[in-house]
Amino acid sequence: QSPEAARLSAEDISPSSNGPRDDDPDDPDDLFAEATEEVSLDSPERQPILSDGPSPAITPVTISPRVDVFDRSPDLVKHRLSSCDGMNAYMVYKVMTKTSLSIFSRDEVCVKRRFSDFLGLHSKLASKYMHMGYIVPPAPEKSIVGMTKVKVGKEDLSSVEFVEKRRSALERYLLRTVKHPALLKDPDVLQFLESSELPRAVSTQALSGAGILRMVNKAADAVNKMTIKMNESDAWFEEKQQQFENLDVQLRKLHASVESLVYHRKELSVNTASFAKSAAMLGNSEDHTALSRALSQLAEVEEKIDQLHQDQSYADFYLISELLGDYVRLITAVKGVFDQRMKAWAKWQDAQVMLQRKREAEAKLQYASKPDKLQQATDEIREWEGKVQQGERDFEQISKNIRREVGRFEKDRVKDFRVVIMKYLESLVHTQQQLIKYWEAFLPEAKAIA
Amino acid sequence: MEVSSAEAALSVSASSIRITDVTQDGDVLTFAIASQKLNSSAGVCVFRIYEDFDWLQQSLFSQENLPGLQGIIFPPLPSKALPSQSNTQTKALKQLGFLALGQDWQSYCKALEFYLQQVAAHPTLCKCKALDSFLINSESPGKQRGRKGIFNRLSQAVEEMRKESHKDVDNFFQNERNKNTNLAALSKVATEKLLDVVMTEQKLALACGHFATSLHLCVNQDDAAAVAFSKVCLKLSDVIEAVNRNFEKVASNDLSTLGLGLDLESRYQEAEKEMLFRRTCKLIELETVKKGTEKAKASKREVIERFHSSRVNVLKNFLIGWCELQLNTAKEFAELYSQHLEACRNMYSE
Repeated sequence: QSPEAARLSAEDISPSSNGPRDDDPDDPDDLFAEATEEVSLDSPERQPILSDGPSPAITPVTISPRVDVFDRSPDLVKHRLSSCDGMNAYMVYKVMTKTSLSIFSRDEVCVKRRFSDFLGLHSKLASKYMHMGYIVPPAPEKSIVGMTKVKVGKEDLSSVEFVEKRRSALERYLLRTVKHPALLKDPDVLQFLESSELPRAVSTQALSGAGILRMVNKAADAVNKMTIKMNESDAWFEEKQQQFENLDVQLRKLHASVESLVYHRKELSVNTASFAKSAAMLGNSEDHTALSRALSQLAEVEEKIDQLHQDQSYADFYLISELLGDYVRLITAVKGVFDQRMKAWAKWQDAQVMLQRKREAEAKLQYASKPDKLQQATDEIREWEGKVQQGERDFEQISKNIRREVGRFEKDRVKDFRVVIMKYLESLVHTQQQLIKYWEAFLPEAKAIA
Repeated sequence: MEVSSAEAALSVSASSIRITDVTQDGDVLTFAIASQKLNSSAGVCVFRIYEDFDWLQQSLFSQENLPGLQGIIFPPLPSKALPSQSNTQTKALKQLGFLALGQDWQSYCKALEFYLQQVAAHPTLCKCKALDSFLINSESPGKQRGRKGIFNRLSQAVEEMRKESHKDVDNFFQNERNKNTNLAALSKVATEKLLDVVMTEQKLALACGHFATSLHLCVNQDDAAAVAFSKVCLKLSDVIEAVNRNFEKVASNDLSTLGLGLDLESRYQEAEKEMLFRRTCKLIELETVKKGTEKAKASKREVIERFHSSRVNVLKNFLIGWCELQLNTAKEFAELYSQHLEACRNMYSE
């Protein structure tokens, strides 16, 4: 399957400015292009709703971008959906960044961005840094269907749920990007977080034709990997690559497991609500007053428990499932940099071959008495010697970068999973404490019958 | 054969009746029934199969010369369980509902036990000799099978359609019929919905189990980073395993109390329906013969009233039991999750 970056940049290369209307249709693969709303910059500003996350007061954080949907008013959404021209509608997200870093002009900044802006940012970063061996966090998926394509069941995917999934994914994407020490300082990142208007990227060098080509080639390379038989002198790389292959398989399995969990919990919520209704009806028909009352209370308890199931389901999904999904996607990026190293090696080898040819050509010309051609051949030899040296330097540099990046990745991985376990446990504890409250309230009602 | 004397009462205590064991031999389930003798500290234990229960029920139905027999709401006997391998869980669920769930026929045994206790506690039925012999004779009643009482179900089904709309002369009974029809339907639905909930809880437990196992497989010791990550995965595996046990417990609680209670309520409503139907049949019969309807009234109002107070009491006990079990489970797991959280906080604060 083709690496994330190649897919993205091939389709969406111009993050447009956030003007009122766009002439070019939004991402052709964006399944919800028609379901999104158009919002102009004149819309009244809403209170930014901060999502769950480490509050700056508790964790010393030097930068924390937050993503929120720009306009949550349901009435406004309905109104806009009916009056706007479906094809050109799009969702706007508010990105609020709190920071103490001096490279930012203010310590609190808020900007509006579209989904395609995020994709644009990612493709710029990928084209700048991947070939140097940096693990660039992948942009969020466009598709709303889970990776394992698990059927979501009877529940229909309302746009509210989709928007929340996407909002959360965009936020996690930004948090990962700014956690990377090199990416944080990148001017494109700074501009993304700070500028009130993002310029159209058509003329910037960052998205040069070469950059796009590099990304597109990666897809082909993944298929042609077999033809690059690298003489691996460093066992570390071979071992690591194998480890990442294994990890990929394991994480995908885990992800499938947890999607099953999420699915069943949603089913439980539906069944609990249904039972609550039937208990309520039973209570209404019951003559015996105290029993009737108890049955109605039972129905209420079950309704509350249903809500708990829904909340816990969100925790299952947003904490565990999305974490696993993010890591499967990250590993794709990791594999990408290993590929880049192989390409760098191949380029170096090719340069050596070419140098050899030029030397042979020059040797032949020694006896042909064509002074002009001889001079040219000598020049070419010098040129290719330079390329060989550069190729070797590039290869060593990318190898060094990858070692460092992998070390950082592995530390972050442990940290991320630890944080998630604790948050998950907190949600489990909370659910049980709520249950205790509900049961303690119901017990006297049951005892009061007859 | 026996003369039912006023003295003939049960020789064991109704509340002491227990089904202590069940064994399965191919298709046949054998139940061990224990009870305590009145006026002595001796206990009795007998072994019975389902056909013996059926024989008992038929014997109760077909008691001769017992006044008011037709007006009795008979404790409902659960359907026969078919434990053969070819019987899938779906079939079993359709047939037995809640009673098909639970390990080792626990729920089914509980329902049978309840049936015996209800029969033994019934002021009229407890005097039936068949009950006493069922409970204390070491030999099973065995030979007398196939004797159907006055309630042949097949003919009943055919008649039902004709007689359903026949109104009762007594408002009290007509109201009771209406309420019963309503409640029977609603309690059946509630039972089915709760069954759905319990099935999903069990599916969730299974999904957690798989997830926990997958996490366990993520262990590898390649290097320091891998070891640290493995520890995290194992921790999460423990937590998910706890969630698994949590769901199992919750499902089992639902099953053994509320599930059983609703199932019983549902079957009791059916039993009342049958009694009221017999009354209707009797009414039609009497009206045809143009005899007075005085006899039909009898003293059945008390039967209905007793039925309701008993039913409410049974439900009350099940509801209390359910609530207490779930409350304890919630407390147990709140404690467990808190311990895990505390352990994580200590481990990860470096």
